Parts: sequence; structure tokens; C-alpha cells
Amino acid sequence: MPSSRRLEREAAKRRRHRRGQAIAALSSIVVLGGLAALILTSPGWPEVRETFFNWEVFKESFPDVLKAFWLDVKIFLTAELAILVVGLVVALIRIARSPAMFPVRLLSVVFVDLFRGVPTILLVFLIGFGVPALQLSGTPNDPVVLGAIALVLSYSAYVAEVYRAGINSVHRGQRDAALAVGLTETQAMRHVILPQAVRRVAPPLLNDFVALQKDVALISILGPLEAFREAQIIESLTFNFTPLVAAALLYLAVTVPTARIVDRLGGPEGAVR
Amino acid sequence: MSATGKPVLEVRDVTKSFGEREVLRGVDLGVREHEAIALIGASGSGKSTLLRCIDLLEEVDDGDIFLDGEVITDPAVDPVAVRRRLALVFQAYNLFPHLSALQNVVLGEMRAHGASRAEAEERGRELLARFGLAGREDDRPENLSGGQQQRVAIARAFAGRPRALLLDEVTSALDPELVGEVLEAVRDLKRDGMTMLIATHEMSFAREVADQVAFLYEGRILEQGPPEQVLEAPRRDETKRFLTRLLRVGR
Repeated sequence: MPSSRRLEREAAKRRRHRRGQAIAALSSIVVLGGLAALILTSPGWPEVRETFFNWEVFKESFPDVLKAFWLDVKIFLTAELAILVVGLVVALIRIARSPAMFPVRLLSVVFVDLFRGVPTILLVFLIGFGVPALQLSGTPNDPVVLGAIALVLSYSAYVAEVYRAGINSVHRGQRDAALAVGLTETQAMRHVILPQAVRRVAPPLLNDFVALQKDVALISILGPLEAFREAQIIESLTFNFTPLVAAALLYLAVTVPTARIVDRLGGPEGAVR
Repeated sequence: MSATGKPVLEVRDVTKSFGEREVLRGVDLGVREHEAIALIGASGSGKSTLLRCIDLLEEVDDGDIFLDGEVITDPAVDPVAVRRRLALVFQAYNLFPHLSALQNVVLGEMRAHGASRAEAEERGRELLARFGLAGREDDRPENLSGGQQQRVAIARAFAGRPRALLLDEVTSALDPELVGEVLEAVRDLKRDGMTMLIATHEMSFAREVADQVAFLYEGRILEQGPPEQVLEAPRRDETKRFLTRLLRVGR
């Protein structure tokens, strides 16, 4: 039998909770309703609705855009795998202390500075048009492959730094303990430090992947028919922007779930509920 | 078992500085087979540094350290091979948080000593049971109390069949009521004849378990002898002052 003091406390807590919910609901209606009203009453809205949110055009163009979007999905899935590996290798080289590694270590610093410092769109352009221009035998000519390589280089530079931060964040005592039980430096990294570092950096890694999943659209400047490019083509034929909105929805369909996974990994603080 | 025979560990005139700060200024110390030596001294007197130098986690500046008569501080010596013959238990346990208790114990066995998973795990389970951790094999360190974590760390250290065990203030991070169980584990190892160098603030424990007590003061061993002598009738004023200070806080 709970005491009256406890019942009182619980009743107060419930009141506070109900009041909080009421405030949240009210402010949502005011803010979202206000925004909607602003847009719907704007002088250009009828025209915008016709050119951006045309249901007929949407139905017509969506299957083509979706088909083109599969190319985006294939590119970012492959690129993500490559980035995880390349980024890790660059990070490990950069923290290696062996003097023999000095030249490679220098290269890894240059790699990160270079590919992180150049705008991704420029990198796609330079590699997409520059590499074929070299006319070397054995280099890829497929713009999809070249574009993907540019993305891998750019994002690996970021991801290498994420890995490095994770590795450095593992307490020194872990390395000491690993060496004390008789592991070599390499074994200590492989069995003790990396597993902890990777767990820690999973949220920022996925965050970079959210960015990558939409940056795949940059490859369109090389010509491949991915979602953005396909939508643009339909747009130029119909003079209607709805296909671009369809493409936007498709990008959202992959980035939002990834973002929710990031939230979950990062703990409850970041999530909206 | 009483201390007899040849020295397992020998520290000769070892010095070590961190930048300007001289931490060890010529330490001489020997630990014979089956002997337990308690290393006492104030915080910052160099106890941890000495143990880390012996396990080659720090490089000595001068002097030498010998394990079973072989020099281990020579630059030509492979530190990994030396560490495989020694074991160090840390004040803060330093368990691997991503591994279970059992995995913590078997990692070195399997990767450093080449044991198969089956034999390493069998021995790991035995060791955990020996230190009162039967049933906790699959727990992560975060789900264990400080005393349990430190006992896992002791099992992990012991798993590599070390020639000597180095204990670095293994009870200093523990709540008072958990100290006893960890000291019991060390007593158990002593009964087994383990050669040990024990840095500690627990004077009653030092008296009970150690064959010799060495007092480290400002980077030198100032006084060494049987526990009764060093702890009850110290010859040096510095030792007296140190022990009086400890008495005042109730150790």
C-alpha cells in the first residue's frame, strides 16, 4: 500500500507530463501550421504545386527514377565497403611508429590533406575526365567506376581521420595490458585497441555514410544515368520539376534510416521521440 | 613456501627520468625464486615506474635488469619474449572491456603462447574458479565489481605461467570491503610459491605475505629486510616518518 506522500508525488509527476505533452502538441501546430499556411498562401504556390508536386508527372516518372536509383544504391554500397578498408589502412599507416614506414606515413598525411581538402565535385570531375585522358592501358574508363573511385578517395580521407581519433581515444592502459600479457604491438592493435576503437567510432562513420549516400548524385556530372541525372532528363523533356522531387524522396529513403541507426548507436539523447 | 635459491629478478643500479623528473635514481633489488617482496613507499616514490621498467613497458635510462640471470634491458633483447615470461597486474585492472572475463584470461594464452582455444579455455575456467569467479566467465568487466575485476586481472596475469608476478598496488582502486578478496587471491599465489614483487600500501598484508619489505624513497631503496624489522623497527628516519603517516590514516 503506497503512502499518500508517494501517491501525491506520482500525481504531480503525471500532471507535469500531461502539461509537457500539451505544450509540445500546441507548439507543433503553431510552428508547422504557420509554415504550411505561409507556403500555401504564397502568391506563387499554385504554380509551384503544378511544377514541383504534380501527381500525374510523379506517377509517370517515378518508375524510371527508381530504376536509375538502383545505380546509386550499388555505387554507395560498394563505395562504403571500399572506404571502410581504405580509411582503416590509411589510419593505421599514419599511426605506425616504425621508421621503415616513414615514407608511406608521409604519403598517408598527403592523402588525407589532399582528398579531404579538395571539393568532392572537383575530385569527381578531375578523376572522371583526367584519368581517361592519360590514355594508360589498364585504367578504368567507365564513368561509374571513376566516379566511385573519386568518392572513395574523398570519403576515405575523412574516415581515416575518424578511425585515427577512435584509436587515439582508447586508453593507454589497454595497450600496456595487452603488451603485459605478451602480445606484440600488432596483436595489441588487432585484438585489443581496434575492436574498442571501431565500436566507438561507429556513429561518426555512419554519419559520413549518410553524406556519401547523397553525394553519389555528384557522379551524374560524368554522365551515368543515376537518379538525379534521370530526373533531370525527364525534367528537361516535360518542363516539370516533379521528377527531381521524386529523386529527393528516394535519397531520403536511404539517408533517413541510416540517420536513425546513428541515433540508436549514439544513445537516446539524439533521437526525437 | 620460503624463499630459497637463485634470484629470478635482479635490478642493478637502475635509473629512469621522465623529462627533468628523476623517478628512479639507482635502484638495486633482487627477488629470489618463491620469494615475495613488498615494495612500499609514498605515492610518487617510483614503485609503479620500477614495475613498469621490469616488464619493459618503460625503458630504463641506466643500469640493467636481469631475469633468470639474463639481461633483459639490453636493446638487442626482444621485449615481447621477455614480457611473455613476466606478468603485471595494474592498479586500475586494465581489463579489456570488449571481452568477457574468460576471453580476457585466454587472449594472451592463445595469441602470445600459442595455446589452442580448447586448452586455453579449459585452463581459463580453472583459473577463474580458483579465484572465486566460477559462473562469471561470460560476464563483461563492466558487470563485475572492482574486486571481481581485479581477480580476473590476476587470473589473466597468472594464465601465462609467469616466472615472476609484478603487482602494482592492486587494491588501491578498490572499495575497502573488496580489498580482502583480492588479497586472498595474492595469498593463494604465495602459498603456491609464486615469485612476486608487490607494490602495496597495505602494511598488514605486506607483513603477512612478504618475505622481505623494501622501502622506496625518492627513487632509491632506502631500507630492506624482513617485514618485522622494516615495519616495526625501521632503521631510517624516512621509513619511520612514512610508517607513522600511514598509521595516522589507519592502514
